[in-house]
Amino acid sequence: MVFFFDLVIGGLAIGACYALVALAMVIIYKTSEVPNFAQGEMAMISAFVAYALIESYGVGFWTAAGLTLLFALCLGVVLELAFLRPAKNPNILGLIVITLGAEMILYGLAGWKWGANQHPFPVPFSEYGGVTYADVIITEINIWTFVTSLVMMLLLFLFFRYTKLGTAMKAVQQNVFAAKAMGIPTRRILTFTWGLSSVTGAVAGMLIAPIATLDPNMMLDPLLKGFAGAVLGGMTSLPGAALGGYMLGLIENFFGGYVSLEFKSVVAFAVIVLVLCVKPSGLLVRHFERKV
Amino acid sequence: MDMKRDYYEDIQLFRTKTVLIASVLSLAALAVLPFMVGGYTLYIVNLIAINAIVAIGLNILVGYTGQISLGHAGFFAIGAYSCVLLMVKGGVPFVIALPAAGLISALFGFLLGLPSLRLEGPYLAIATLGFGMAVTQIISHSEFTGGHMGIEAPRMSFGPFEARTGPQQYAVIMSVAVIMTIAAVNLMKTRVGRAFVAIRDSEIAAEAMGVNLSWFKTLSFAVSAFYTGVAGALMAFALEHVSAGSFNLILSITFLAMVIVGGLGSVMGAIMGAALLTYLQIKLQIVQEAPLIGPFLLEVSKRFFNPAGLANIQSIVFGAIMIAIVIFEPLGMHGIYLRIKRYWRMWPF
Repeated sequence: MVFFFDLVIGGLAIGACYALVALAMVIIYKTSEVPNFAQGEMAMISAFVAYALIESYGVGFWTAAGLTLLFALCLGVVLELAFLRPAKNPNILGLIVITLGAEMILYGLAGWKWGANQHPFPVPFSEYGGVTYADVIITEINIWTFVTSLVMMLLLFLFFRYTKLGTAMKAVQQNVFAAKAMGIPTRRILTFTWGLSSVTGAVAGMLIAPIATLDPNMMLDPLLKGFAGAVLGGMTSLPGAALGGYMLGLIENFFGGYVSLEFKSVVAFAVIVLVLCVKPSGLLVRHFERKV
Repeated sequence: MDMKRDYYEDIQLFRTKTVLIASVLSLAALAVLPFMVGGYTLYIVNLIAINAIVAIGLNILVGYTGQISLGHAGFFAIGAYSCVLLMVKGGVPFVIALPAAGLISALFGFLLGLPSLRLEGPYLAIATLGFGMAVTQIISHSEFTGGHMGIEAPRMSFGPFEARTGPQQYAVIMSVAVIMTIAAVNLMKTRVGRAFVAIRDSEIAAEAMGVNLSWFKTLSFAVSAFYTGVAGALMAFALEHVSAGSFNLILSITFLAMVIVGGLGSVMGAIMGAALLTYLQIKLQIVQEAPLIGPFLLEVSKRFFNPAGLANIQSIVFGAIMIAIVIFEPLGMHGIYLRIKRYWRMWPF
């Protein structure tokens, strides 16, 4: 039973990271119908910036985290302005290729600057100590990961529900032309969407960096799992994406614990393909056929 | 000027005398190439030919049928491993193992094509991507395939004759590449090719005209996987070794980049894209030895970056090319070629 709860806790902690990545993808996908493959590398670069601030410039952890979020916001905005806005009437494939290109550029930059070596990411939380309840150890880092992701989701919820900017973003997601007619600067909103998504991804990056080790390949796996989680819940539903991320974390951890550790990361995609065969638009989204 | 008057003109392989002459000349050039250049150049040409086969195959899926795949590294791996395993463990001769590898790969393509019938856009991207990842994971953890270490590839052999030297390998690889290129050009002129293009342009219209969507979509996946599988098998012999780690997501993206850069929906474009990117890939690994740019980049690395990571500039260049192509020239190199051709035909107006 202890083993079971260990798996649940581990799964929830890693699922929280997947959920944040999934949210970051869905935020962009809802407004512009682009699955952003550069999301992982954006988060990876942000985590590296935090690392550089802490290690090379001696900034405190919390200050560094704040500065990193600011950097992530700028990164997202710059990427949208530089790469996506100049594309005239691109189709979905073109947009996917642009984000893949951005991914390659960021990956190359990180590899050029920091090399392929693994760097330990310093956090003020212990990886071993923590709360023990009935033989089940909940490490500090797991608690921190889980709580941070919940706080981030709450903030996103409040932002979309109660702020003017969030409402405007929802309007753009629903109908661009109507939003434009209502006087919403849709292009600027789109740019900001990238910023917001980048910030969400950066939080995920800083949560994943201490669990995994910091290197340019760090976000490859979480990105795919986050994407898979988003697809599982439905690419157009924020709660669905979060749920999908947590579910994927749990499924993966259970499979790793009880069936086979080696094929742990494969099971996620098997689940995805199976779910998509039954519900082609994900669990929480109603499928609609595109008309002529 | 490109007016076609009857059906025969539409399906003929060489549309004009110029095309025929150009094809014969380039075939002749390929035939005399091994006598003109050194071993290293020949090795690069081999890699280009192999990548061109993949690009043509992927182009059938992406450029002609309008589906997306981020998992072609998986088919590449399946082709490479099944050919080598058939030969090493099954004792199958090369002549049979090569097409068999393509067929096994095509079978997987068919299977992957089945869920893709219901998926489109990002959902298809994640399904194919997951497939590619799964293949690599399974291969690298399985005892049968040699695990992380990979396996040594045997020689390509035809009965008593073995392709041992560079020119001999070149002869085999290039003849397969030429045959598959001609087959692809021909395929696109047939009923099947037209069905693919119809699906790309409008699924609903294609269905209304009697194109069996599920059959042709899965067929497109299978044909594409066949090409990639054969190329993977050839790659195993060119590198003389297969290991699971090399068939990663970056490889899938590179294949897609070849198609995009060369030009969607053009066999010729796929070859050009494969040639350009393969050449760049090899040259950018040793960019510090390049004249002028090399020392400058080293200086930049020393001041702002890390000289040890300079080879990563390859990813940056590839990414920049992909983005630039989509923004400035969506038809890729083939589009540029068409524009130049039209300009000269109309010259001096």
